[in-house]
Amino acid sequence: MTGLIQSGLSSVTAGAAMIPLQPPAASTIAGGVDKLYYVLSGITAFFAVLIFSIIFYFMVKYRRRSDDEQAAPTHTSMALELTWTIIPSIICAVLFVWASALYVRNARPPAASNEIFVIGKQWMWHIQHPEGPREIDELHVPAGVPVKLTMTSQDVIHDFYIPAFRVKKDVLPGRYTSIWFEATETGTFHLFCAQYCGTNHSQMIGWVYVMTPTDYASWLAGGEQTESMAQQGERLFSQFGCGTCHVSGGSGRGPSLSGIYGKPEKLQNGQPQVVDEALIRQAIVNPNSVRMPGYEAIMPTYQGQINEEQVLQLIAYVKSLASEERTNGK
Amino acid sequence: MSTAIADLHETPADLGVNYLNASYGIRSWLLTKDHKRIGLLYLATITLMFFVGGTAAVLMRLHLIEPQGALFEPETYNKLFSTHGIIMVFFFLVPSIPATLGNFLIPLMIGARDVAFPKLNLLSWYIFVTGCAFALYATLSGGVDTGWTFYPPYSSSFSHTHVVAVALGVFIAGFSSILTGLNFIVTIHKMRAPGMTWFRLPLFIWALYATSLIFVLGTPVIAITLFLLGLERILHVGIFDPAVGGDPLLFQHLFWFYSHPAVYIMILPGMGVISELITAFSRKKIFGYTFVAFSSLSIAVISFVVWGHHMFVTGQSIYAGLVFSVLSFLVAIPSAIKVFNWTATLYKGSISYQAPMLYALGFIGLFTIGGLTGLFLASLATDVHLNGTYFIVAHFHYIMVGGAVMAYLGGIHFWWPKITGRLYPDYWARVAAALIFIGFNLTFFPQFVLGYLGMPRRYAVYPAEFQVLNVMSSAGASILGIGYVIPLIYLTWSMRYGPAAGPNPWRAKGLEWTITSPPPTENFEETPVVTEEAYSYPSSGVASV
Repeated sequence: MTGLIQSGLSSVTAGAAMIPLQPPAASTIAGGVDKLYYVLSGITAFFAVLIFSIIFYFMVKYRRRSDDEQAAPTHTSMALELTWTIIPSIICAVLFVWASALYVRNARPPAASNEIFVIGKQWMWHIQHPEGPREIDELHVPAGVPVKLTMTSQDVIHDFYIPAFRVKKDVLPGRYTSIWFEATETGTFHLFCAQYCGTNHSQMIGWVYVMTPTDYASWLAGGEQTESMAQQGERLFSQFGCGTCHVSGGSGRGPSLSGIYGKPEKLQNGQPQVVDEALIRQAIVNPNSVRMPGYEAIMPTYQGQINEEQVLQLIAYVKSLASEERTNGK
Repeated sequence: MSTAIADLHETPADLGVNYLNASYGIRSWLLTKDHKRIGLLYLATITLMFFVGGTAAVLMRLHLIEPQGALFEPETYNKLFSTHGIIMVFFFLVPSIPATLGNFLIPLMIGARDVAFPKLNLLSWYIFVTGCAFALYATLSGGVDTGWTFYPPYSSSFSHTHVVAVALGVFIAGFSSILTGLNFIVTIHKMRAPGMTWFRLPLFIWALYATSLIFVLGTPVIAITLFLLGLERILHVGIFDPAVGGDPLLFQHLFWFYSHPAVYIMILPGMGVISELITAFSRKKIFGYTFVAFSSLSIAVISFVVWGHHMFVTGQSIYAGLVFSVLSFLVAIPSAIKVFNWTATLYKGSISYQAPMLYALGFIGLFTIGGLTGLFLASLATDVHLNGTYFIVAHFHYIMVGGAVMAYLGGIHFWWPKITGRLYPDYWARVAAALIFIGFNLTFFPQFVLGYLGMPRRYAVYPAEFQVLNVMSSAGASILGIGYVIPLIYLTWSMRYGPAAGPNPWRAKGLEWTITSPPPTENFEETPVVTEEAYSYPSSGVASV
């Protein structure tokens, strides 16, 4: 124990001169968040110092000098009450508008984002690039290009957090969440799981490698994995026999999937719904809940037979089925 | 603690016949219907729980001296922070001021002989102890590793620890909260002495009234939520785990619907205590009585509609985020009003600095920082970065330890002479207050920086670059730990050896100070008639220079 404390103390003396105070800021989002953070820090410091000084001044000036001393009477002042109600309200209103505008901007990925897929699993991060390469606990991204991550969990709730980019989002089982960022400088940055997920939660960490777009392109090409996500999905599609029913052209026992992605479709329950990742996922794990009219409820669930990574590959395949094919099929 | 109290009657009879020596023996305590004795039963119970939870905290901080973890396997560390959180929140902070000081003081302050339902009051202590027993059993027989938040599907389908036993403990203890809240509401409505109108009530009563509303309205929701969790864990009924058809976010909505108001269960009574301390030690009427009183009620109401700010990064819709953000800013205003009114009360007061006042001033300082750092988390864009990091840990410890625990200790020191009839050494009490203040800031201020740097909470091991700040925090925790042990020693000592306090050692206003210390069992020989407002301290009429 003494050794412990000594080693702790020595690192304090060694590190006192270089206590880190600011994380690296390496995305287009970070600057705006930091600015708000520093203004909030300023407001905190101002009011804390203001209240502390007033209290300290009163403490000294009005200290009790004799045991029988009496205080002056209290005169309540409506003007003062209103002042210290209205001023904080105005400050809060300004902060709300500022922070919300920034949040709404940061929440919406640009249309032309590179898409990468993330699967959280006790206790590692599986990353899959549409071009094929897969990584574990590492994420390679190009600088200067918006990147959108579509994320899900194989088991419990995780949270994908890159402090240097100031982005964070829970990664939930059974649904997709997403974040986006545009890295501004090359380098290596922490990747953390920020939602407690069990025994080795603190080891569910990794690194984000930001590369120049050229380096990124050669990194993508350099891996052993050459099949794209869509190609892997196509293999699964035939392996699971999906094509038996989902015949392109619409003559099968299941609907044609050509060009279906991104289109609104009318479901059995009457609701038109845009076919997105979440809907396709649901159609695979719980088909009858999203059945289309005119088709029988004969598709079995694939829950338990297929993992989240394979679901994403199947989705990539469905997305790759170009819309012309559908038109031609008819 | 209760044995030491029982010893009191052996000391010279300088305190007269009072509630402590009116009857003897363990039965007279375990079957008591006296609100004062029940308050002391709670005091003994939660003191035990506080030191259990505190031990877990000290072990955690020692472990975190080294990045790779100095003492434990991650599994053990996870159990430590879970135990710390569960014990401190559900078995110490929630009952702390209401069940001890509230039970002891509400009848005394409003001029009543007891609470409205004395037997129910005793029953709620037994229920609480049963809840504690489940929690301690689960801790000793292997622990629980879900965190105090019990998020499924981890808690329902993945954890191999004693989730059900602990959840059952919390579930049971909840009934104690509900009954206590009910008892307080009825007592405050129906048992006020003649002349004790609503606007003559001490602000402590207003604060506990607001707290009781949350007890009664909020606690059933956490009970149902934990019940459903148990149902899913034991019978695999699909409620929260998507693998069996549930929705994991549903749990978070239900959990925070109680647990955010629960934060105000912890802090509102503390605010009530501070209003009493500030006025007593500046001998001055509170500034803005109605504003302070109604801010308690508005906090209680608004606290029910801000739960979504715990879920900004869960994938909750942008619009829900906006609504919860604006409401969270709104709840900050009444708290600010209180701080300004306390400060204004000091103006031209006659201020003395005995130990309870040091705690009160410490509260204002730490609560101010805790409240202002809450703005970072109500702000959506910064919350995304700070949520789930040590910034959150620092923020809520400033509120719950810097605020609620400081107020609790201030209240215990203020009313101790009334409770025991004896004085404690003020010098040591001031030393302890200073150590706690310094130790607290050293422990938790570095955690704000850690959070901004991006260190996630609940990490058993961490990257080496965070070590310096972690060591600072651990060093502070050791000072804080010593600061908490000192009062335990001198307060226990004072129960037997402290000089007699007399009815009103602080020369404070309030009905509780008009009777002997310790009070007689029936509190008031004759029902008092109230003719003046709260805090009617005699004033000089001229400004003191």
